[in-house]
Amino acid sequence: MNIFGWFRSVFAKLFRGSAIADEMNEELRSHIQLRADDLERSGISRAEAERRARIDFGGYEHYREESNEAFGAHFIETFLQDIRYSLRVLRNSPGFALVAVFTLALAIGANAVVFGVLNALILRPLNLPDTQSLHAIQRGKDHAINHSYLDYLDLRDRNHSFDDLAAYTVTSVGLDTGNNPTSAWIFETTGNYFDVLGVQPFLGRFYHRPDEHGPNSAPFIVLTHAYWHSHFQDDRGVVGREVQVNKHPFTILGVAPPEFHGNLLFLAPDFWVPLVNQEQVEGLYVLNQRGNRDLMMVLGHRKSGVKPAQAIADLNSVGTWMQKNNPNDDGDMTFSLASPALAGDWLGGPMRQFLTGLMLLAGLILLAACANLGSLFAAHAADRSREIALRLALGSSRRRIVRHVFTEALLISLMGGAVGLGGSVMLLRGLSVWRPLSTVAPDLHVPVSPDGRVYAIALLLALASGMLFGAVPVRQVLRTNPYEVVKSDSSGKIRRRITVRDLMLIAQIAICAVLVTSSLVAVRGLVRSLNSKFGFDPKNAMIVSTDLNMAGYRGDSLPPMQKRIIEALLAIPGVKAVGLIDREPLYFGANDTTVFTDKTADLRPSKAAAQPMLYNVSPGYFGAARTTLLAGRDFTWHDDKSAPRIAVVNREFAERIFGSVPRAIGAYFKGSDGMRVQVVGVVEDGKYASLTEDRQPALFLPIAQSGSGQANLAVRSNRDPQQLDAAIKSTLRNLDAGLPFTIELWQNSLKDSALFAPRVATMALGVLGFMGAVLSVAGIFGMAAYSVSKRLRELGIRVALGAQRREVLEAALGRALKLLAFGSAAGLVLGLLATRVLAYIVYQATPRDPLVMTGVVLAMALLGLVATWIPARRALSVDPMKLLREE
Amino acid sequence: MPDQAQLLPGTLDLLILRAVSLGPLHGYGILLRIAQISGNALLVEQGALYPGLFRLVRQGLLKASWGTSENNRRAKFYELTAAGCRRLREETENWNRLATAIGTALAAQPEEA
Repeated sequence: MNIFGWFRSVFAKLFRGSAIADEMNEELRSHIQLRADDLERSGISRAEAERRARIDFGGYEHYREESNEAFGAHFIETFLQDIRYSLRVLRNSPGFALVAVFTLALAIGANAVVFGVLNALILRPLNLPDTQSLHAIQRGKDHAINHSYLDYLDLRDRNHSFDDLAAYTVTSVGLDTGNNPTSAWIFETTGNYFDVLGVQPFLGRFYHRPDEHGPNSAPFIVLTHAYWHSHFQDDRGVVGREVQVNKHPFTILGVAPPEFHGNLLFLAPDFWVPLVNQEQVEGLYVLNQRGNRDLMMVLGHRKSGVKPAQAIADLNSVGTWMQKNNPNDDGDMTFSLASPALAGDWLGGPMRQFLTGLMLLAGLILLAACANLGSLFAAHAADRSREIALRLALGSSRRRIVRHVFTEALLISLMGGAVGLGGSVMLLRGLSVWRPLSTVAPDLHVPVSPDGRVYAIALLLALASGMLFGAVPVRQVLRTNPYEVVKSDSSGKIRRRITVRDLMLIAQIAICAVLVTSSLVAVRGLVRSLNSKFGFDPKNAMIVSTDLNMAGYRGDSLPPMQKRIIEALLAIPGVKAVGLIDREPLYFGANDTTVFTDKTADLRPSKAAAQPMLYNVSPGYFGAARTTLLAGRDFTWHDDKSAPRIAVVNREFAERIFGSVPRAIGAYFKGSDGMRVQVVGVVEDGKYASLTEDRQPALFLPIAQSGSGQANLAVRSNRDPQQLDAAIKSTLRNLDAGLPFTIELWQNSLKDSALFAPRVATMALGVLGFMGAVLSVAGIFGMAAYSVSKRLRELGIRVALGAQRREVLEAALGRALKLLAFGSAAGLVLGLLATRVLAYIVYQATPRDPLVMTGVVLAMALLGLVATWIPARRALSVDPMKLLREE
Repeated sequence: MPDQAQLLPGTLDLLILRAVSLGPLHGYGILLRIAQISGNALLVEQGALYPGLFRLVRQGLLKASWGTSENNRRAKFYELTAAGCRRLREETENWNRLATAIGTALAAQPEEA
């Protein structure tokens, strides 16, 4: 046959499908009429003639289908027919269709959202040229992302495998454009930063490596497009304008293009400043200290033709050279490569772990939904067993009926997928504009807008799950024996053995119990972390954050100003205690330092006695923060630069270096610079860098001896926070109107920092747990309602014979509840095993918590109760007389 | 009908072509014609005709048009196309060769020494 003819008939089928089917029907019917005419002529009645004609014709349905097939374009024709038929079936059972679509929409939606986040944060490359060869360099066994400037210079100048290497660090500054000083997030970068990343300016120019001529030689800033838009109203005249950065004049060089937000995915700076001006920007210059690993990241493009492994080997050989030349400062100088977008393994590691875990749970949701839909479909097919039997008896092939079932499943899955995807796209869009930390870092965001990959995955998952749950009733269809079914009432048989549907339900409930368990573990962990001992008391205290560098205070002018601020705040009526600490503990990482025992003469990092957290605090801080002083004394304002160097340490520090708390008082240790420091006090242990950390040594130095401009003032009072807020504001304005500051409840500030990750984790797990609960309710409800409706007549007879309410309920729902118990037990055990994974994110996520176990059991029982309530009511309200009459 | 023979697979198409080659016919007419020209010796279930008919139409061997039957019923009439004529000739030759061969084979007597 020629190919055009085939195409023509295919298209004819496609567009005139039903017309052709009608024509075929007409032809077959006319055949039967013609035959009947003949038979009538032989002298029998018309009715009898038509009956005989039909018998002579044979299986009408069978031949019609075969004819259809012979007619060509079989696949598409029957496919369209199947779709029309399935739509009709679904329209006839709207409840079933609605529940199925909703269930699947929930599951596909959850998967699309989680995948959307995973895709945006982990899989999608940065919006920069050549990201495959762009690497951040990590150091040592724990993949530290930070480096010192001198190490960076060695890496940059001595490697042979990168085109060039840039470095930057993140900090906040006060920017004064002439009226009100505001605080801004900035990147301090090396001069070659823009050239290394391959970005061209939108307006004006960028600074480059030749602009750098030693400290404070390049007072330039480059604005991001967004900041230019929001703070300079798209004014093209900003180029060349002079602004004040921490009271130092800087010139605006240019504006970056709108699509360039720096190389971090979640934090866009407001502008960029050359790193060589660090002294003006941060108030101190540490670029000449090899041991000061203050740079956030070193990054660059691998040369074309150099493999990552070769680049690492090259960097390691530079590292060996550095170690040999700087034995005092450089410890483990081995290197690895990482993606710069999430600051390497520092953020990327836990994020990858968390998202992978979440994806797994979302996959479980989908699996549970498939189990749910599978049993729904099996029940649906069982309800239609008479119809299926009739079709079989009329000569329809089993293959065709199975195809119907699959078409129905695919229709449901596509509809559910579309609804779920729609919801998730909305959710992802919302997430993208969400600013989780609007007070401290308004630019921090999660750019997760969906792309083609998300749509593709959602479609794929929908189709795959459609095939999966569509396959459940296939065995049932294949084994249908038309004669048996037509002969007997299909509802007459109740099989007692475990059916596929039972197994589906158990699996589904088990999965849901896993989800409920993990979300309860997460919630419990969050509650615990809210109430755990931090080593300070954030309740009923405000934290006032400022940076004296932003207002131009330096060196010796710092301590008097700090003292004046503290005294002014203490003078506010109702304020009981005020203390200053340079970095809020638990607030986005911490500084640490190396210390040596007093006897150590060799001050190489490998000989260090400990690596304690380092804080500079004012006299009275421990009191204001409610950090218990275990022994010795607090600092006083006399502990200044002219006094001997002293320190307060925590219990862990005291025990690790001196053996015990009492032996620490009055003892000496050596700081990283080799100076002897005397311990005058010991305080309780606390949490410093993260809630999940082990006991850490910590070292507190008097602020008057260290000269740090960063100031976080803990203000404890019994006044209403809002009134206090106003009072603090006016007090600080009176002291210095040019000082930018923020005031927050200490608890809220903590919520945005240390508690942020557990909060997000709890939210995500909570949502998934809730979805699991909804799915299990749907599953149990479906099963219970179905079994009650199938056995209404039996229940009616039982009631008529005098069964008690308890017995009726047991007969109607016993099986569903038994399955629920099985599934929950299995799920609890699995959940306990799985929640170990949660320990990474959630503080004290111990699943062997009796409260969690009881919680899960209670939750599942409650869900069972909710789900079986309506079917139970229906079973109890059975009126035997009415029922038996109807039958 | 004890003396009717079952059709060999594949022979229905040939019979249809042959029946239609004697003049345009509707489906029922084709059945009657086959019964007539085979002397009522062949059994064709009525419905089984149509899949075969449609297959031949699709292969371009038959063409169909609606018309009116002798007792005034609307019916679809089939006639041979040129390709159909050619095919009928070929198939007839094939069939004859096959029938002769099988007939000869079955008629052969064991050779006597």
